[in-house]
Amino acid sequence: MLRLLQIEFIKLWNNRASKILIISYFTLLLCMALLAAIKFDIGPVKFHIADQGVFNFPYIWHLNTWIAGGLKLFFAIVIVSMMANEYSNKTIKQNLIDGLSKKEFIASKFLTVFTFSLISTLFVFLVSLVLGLIYSDYTEISIILSGLEYLVAYFFKLLGFFSFCLFLGILVKRSAFALGFLIVWFAIENLALRFLVWWLAGSEASATFMKYLPLESMSNLIKEPVSRFKAVQSVVAQMGEEFNKDYNVHFHEILIVLCWTAIFIYLSYALLKRRDL
Amino acid sequence: MEAILTVTNLTKKFGFLTAVKDLSFTIEKGNVYGILGPNGSGKSTTLGIVLNVVNPSGGRFSWFNGRLTTHQALKKVGAIIERPNFYPYMTAIQNLKLVCKIKEVPNDKIEEKLELVGLLERKNSKFSTYSLGMKQRLAIASALLNDPEILILDEPTNGLDPQGIHQIREIIKKIASQGTTILLASHLLDEVEKVCSHVVILRKGEKLYSGRVEDMLASYGFFELKSDQTEALLDFLEKHASFGTVKHENGLIKVILKEEMDAKTLNQHLFEKGIVLSHLVKRKESLEEQFLTLTNNTQKQA
Repeated sequence: MLRLLQIEFIKLWNNRASKILIISYFTLLLCMALLAAIKFDIGPVKFHIADQGVFNFPYIWHLNTWIAGGLKLFFAIVIVSMMANEYSNKTIKQNLIDGLSKKEFIASKFLTVFTFSLISTLFVFLVSLVLGLIYSDYTEISIILSGLEYLVAYFFKLLGFFSFCLFLGILVKRSAFALGFLIVWFAIENLALRFLVWWLAGSEASATFMKYLPLESMSNLIKEPVSRFKAVQSVVAQMGEEFNKDYNVHFHEILIVLCWTAIFIYLSYALLKRRDL
Repeated sequence: MEAILTVTNLTKKFGFLTAVKDLSFTIEKGNVYGILGPNGSGKSTTLGIVLNVVNPSGGRFSWFNGRLTTHQALKKVGAIIERPNFYPYMTAIQNLKLVCKIKEVPNDKIEEKLELVGLLERKNSKFSTYSLGMKQRLAIASALLNDPEILILDEPTNGLDPQGIHQIREIIKKIASQGTTILLASHLLDEVEKVCSHVVILRKGEKLYSGRVEDMLASYGFFELKSDQTEALLDFLEKHASFGTVKHENGLIKVILKEEMDAKTLNQHLFEKGIVLSHLVKRKESLEEQFLTLTNNTQKQA
C-alpha cells in the first residue's frame, strides 16, 4: 500500500504544475484563518467578523468545512490531470508493462485521493480549532467536540468528489475535456434532470430525486451555514419569517455519497480493464 | 528447456478486423527470437496481449509455465513497446526510480544501466529534452533495471537515424551475449537476420512459420552459373534430378537445388560432360528472399 502511494507521490511531486497547485491548495486552506482578520472600521460602523460569533464552537465546524468545500474545485484540476496525463503521456501503458496490475494502478490513484482528503480534513480541523480557541465564546471541551460530524461529512464529500474526478479523467482521457465534462455534468444535474423530474413528477419528487445525484448529494452533505448565522437569523426573525431548516449531517446522506464513490472507483477499474491501450 | 512464454490459439479482433488469428508459439530460455512481419501483421498486438495492455478475444498465454500471474511475471520481464513512454517532466534518474518502485527492485542498478546505454552524463536531464535515440536508449535501460529473464523489444530502431540504429543494435547484441532471452519484433528482415536465432513470421495475424532462422525454408541454396555452352548446360540442368527451377536471367543461369550438392561436385559433373563454366557461385537465399518466397507461397494458396 505504501509502495502504491510512493509511486503516485513520485509522479505528482516531480511535476511542477501539480506541486504548485497542491501547495496553493493547502495554503488557501490555511488562508481561511485570515477571515478572522476582516475588519471594517469606517467611523461609526465597526465590523469585525471575529466578533460576530461566526467562530463560536460548534458553529465554526460547519462554517469552515463549508467554505473549505468550495476549494475542492480548485483541487479537481490536480486530480483530473493526474489521471488524464497518464493517458496523454501513454505512461499508463508503460506502468502496466512494467508490472503494475490494473487493480494496483486504480488503487494507487484512489489511495492518493484518500490521503489528500484526509490531509485536507486534518488541515481544516486544525485551522478551525485554532481559530475557535482564539475567538470562540465557548471553549468547553464538550462544546468543542460537538459538531465534529461536519468534518466527517467534509472528508466523504472530498473523497466522493475526487473519485468522480478520477473517473472523469479515465473516461475522457484529456484533462481539459474532463474538467469541461465536470461543468457540463453539473449543468445536467441542476438544469436538465432537476426540471425534467419537476415537470414529470412535481417539485417535491424533484427535490428528493436531486439528493441521489452524485454532485448534488455531495454538496448536500454540508448545507449552507449562512442562514444559520445568528445575525442573519435575527434579521429574518425581525421580518416575521421563520427558518426551519435542517442543517444536520445525516448518516444516509453520507451513505449515498459513499455509494457514488464506490461506483466511480469500480467504473474506473472496469473501464481500464475493458479498454485496449 | 524452460518455456518463458507460451502462447496458445491467441486471437484478437478489432471489430471486423482480425489482428491476430489463432496464433501459437513458445519462447524458450536463452534464445533470441524475432517476430517478423510487415506493418499491420499483428506483431505489436500480440506483444500487447502478452504484456497485459490489450485484451485477447480468444486463446491463452502463460508466463514461466504458468508459475506466476501475468502482472507478477511482468516484473521479471523488460519490455519496450513502439515508442518510449516516460514522464516528460521527470529526469532520467527520477523516471527510472519510479520504474524500480513499480518493479519492486532496489535503485542501485540505475547508474549501471544508464552507463550501459551511454546516458550517464545526461542522467539529470528531463526526459522531454532527449532526442528520439536517447529516449529509446533510456527505455532499454529501464527495461533492464530488473535484470529481466526476457527482454521484449518492439521495433526498437524505428524512426532512428543510422547512428542511432547502430547504437541500439550494439546494445542488443551486448545483452544477448550475456545470455538474456530476447524477443524482437521487427519488419526489418536484416535486423532479425543479424540478431535472432529463431523467428516467428506473421502475415495478417496468421503464423506462417516458426522455428530456427536457418531452417526457415528447407532450402539447399542455389547456383549461379555461366558458360559459353548455354544450351548444353540448360539441357543438363533440366534433366538432372537434383535441380528444381532453372532461370535464365541477364546471361546468368540461376538454378535452385532440391537436394544438397556442393559446387565442387557440380563442376566435376559438368566437366565430365564437356561443359566448361566461366562462372560458378553457390549461394543461400537471404532471409529477405526466403521471407518473400514464404509470403508469396501462402498468398497463392489463399
